This record gives sequence, structure tokens and C-alpha cells, in this order.
Amino acid sequence: MASSSSYNSPCAACKFLRRKCMPGCIFAPYFPPEEPQKFANVHKIFGASNVSKLLNDLLPHQRDDAVNSLAYEAEARVRDPVYGCVGAISFLQRQVDRLQKELDAANADLIRFACAGAIPPSPLPHAVVGPPRQRPGEYNSRRIGDGGGSGGGGFYQTPHNYTFPYNYHCPWNGSYNPHGGGGDM
Amino acid sequence: MNSSRCAACKHLRRRCPSDCIFAPYFPSNNPRRFAYVHKIFGASNVGKILQDLPVSYRGEAANTLCYEAYCRIKDPVYGCAGIVDQLNEQLKVAEYQLATIKAAITTTLQPSYLLDQSLHML
Repeated sequence: MASSSSYNSPCAACKFLRRKCMPGCIFAPYFPPEEPQKFANVHKIFGASNVSKLLNDLLPHQRDDAVNSLAYEAEARVRDPVYGCVGAISFLQRQVDRLQKELDAANADLIRFACAGAIPPSPLPHAVVGPPRQRPGEYNSRRIGDGGGSGGGGFYQTPHNYTFPYNYHCPWNGSYNPHGGGGDM
Repeated sequence: MNSSRCAACKHLRRRCPSDCIFAPYFPSNNPRRFAYVHKIFGASNVGKILQDLPVSYRGEAANTLCYEAYCRIKDPVYGCAGIVDQLNEQLKVAEYQLATIKAAITTTLQPSYLLDQSLHML
């Protein structure tokens, strides 16, 4: 978590908003002056006032992750104004569904081949989501298109009341191309 | 005239013009939809996003904005980004399991394995 204060230089938010960066600025710890684009994106999509209210409603130890997730969503929305990061969710869910089918087929094959060898099979369990991570982690803003387990380092602590079914229903299957292609709407 | 205002103009307590940018996507029978996006993004930002898009894409954009806003309200720390992370994690687990099963299949199909199993049956 970077920090900035009016003693050194104004944070990216106060620079952008052209105001004095006061001690205790809500944005300063999370929007260092070296990352102006981060605040620019967040401001464009969410607005400074909304971000400030959101951060004020959170506990201090939650704010870093919240800012990083907001920055991620803002960047996604700037790149794809129609789908934002929902496009990534849709893509990843299709990948998960595809892999699930492959897993089921592979499991069936394993059982068939093992039976052919007259050895009782020990099929692997149906792939399920494990329990939420118990250890606190850091959320790192990741780039779009990092689906498929590219290892971008996005670990986080799932809230205790967050339940996520394996097949998360995402109704979007749009093929909108933000770079000029046709949309399948 | 009041009854024909869209949910956005009702929420903002203003007259709903005939070319209201929000009206096609925030009907008056679903006030919560606009309340969510207004709370997270702000009416002005939503209006700008929609305005900058071709008309044919605005409906989908409004839907995804509502979805993101809803996710952020339910999970103020991680919002939609948390779902992306969770899905990436599921993919990693599934890929690992698939690789393990395929390795097990390969082992099972090895001639030496089949011969070994046959000898055990004698």
C-alpha cells in the first residue's frame, strides 16, 4: 500500500482534482502520485464522491483491496464500455463449463479403462470449488484476459457469507467486440 | 405525465424528457435497478457511458452496469472482481484435476500396466 501526504507530493486523486492533498486524505494511501491512470479510470467510471463514500463505509484494512478491485473494474469498463468485467466473467464461466464437461468425460474414460483392466476404479471426485481461502491475501489488480489460470496473483479472502456455486449462472453470452466488430445482440 | 417518468427521472425527481437517455433501460416498474447504478456509478457517469455507445449496445451496457452495481452492493470490497478471481481459481483446480485424470488414463493404458493386472488375476 503506497502512501502519500501533502508533505511530499499530492496523491494522484488530489492532483487530478486539482486540490490540496490534506493530511488524512481518504485517497492518499491508495492512489499514489506515480499511478495517475489508476485514479483517472476510477474517477471516470465511479466518480470521486462515490469512491470516497464507499471507502468511508469500509474498515481501514478492507480499503486497499476495495480500491484495487474498483481499479480493475474501472479499467475493464474503460476498455469495454458495454460489458466491463462482466465480459471476463462470462468468458471464464464458459471455460469452467467446458472444463467440467471434459472432466466428466475423462472420469468416465478412466472408469472404463480401469474396469477393462479388472481393477476397481477410484475416480476422482466431481470437480468442485474448494472452501473459501481462510488466510488473508492481497488483491492485485489484474489485466483483462488473464482468464484460464495465468497466475496473475489475484488472491483474496472470501467473505464468510459469500457462497459461490460451482456453476455460477452468468446470463451473458454476448460477442460484442469493443474494437469495432459486430455484436451478437 | 408523472406516471410516464422512467425510474431514473423518478429517482432524480425531475421531468422525464422524450429523449431521456435512461428511459429505455430503466423502466418505472423496476426502481431498484436504477437505484443500484446510481449508488455505485452515479447518474451522470451512467449517462455518459450510455451516450458514448451506439444505441444498439446501450441495453446490454445498462444490464452489465446494473449487474456490477448489484455485485458491488452485495460485496463492497471485491464486487464483480471477486467473482473473476473465484472463477480463475476454479479453472486452475479443474485444469489440475483434468491433468491428473489424463495421467491416470495414460498409465492405465500402458501395456506393462495391463500385463501386470492380468498376472494379478491368475
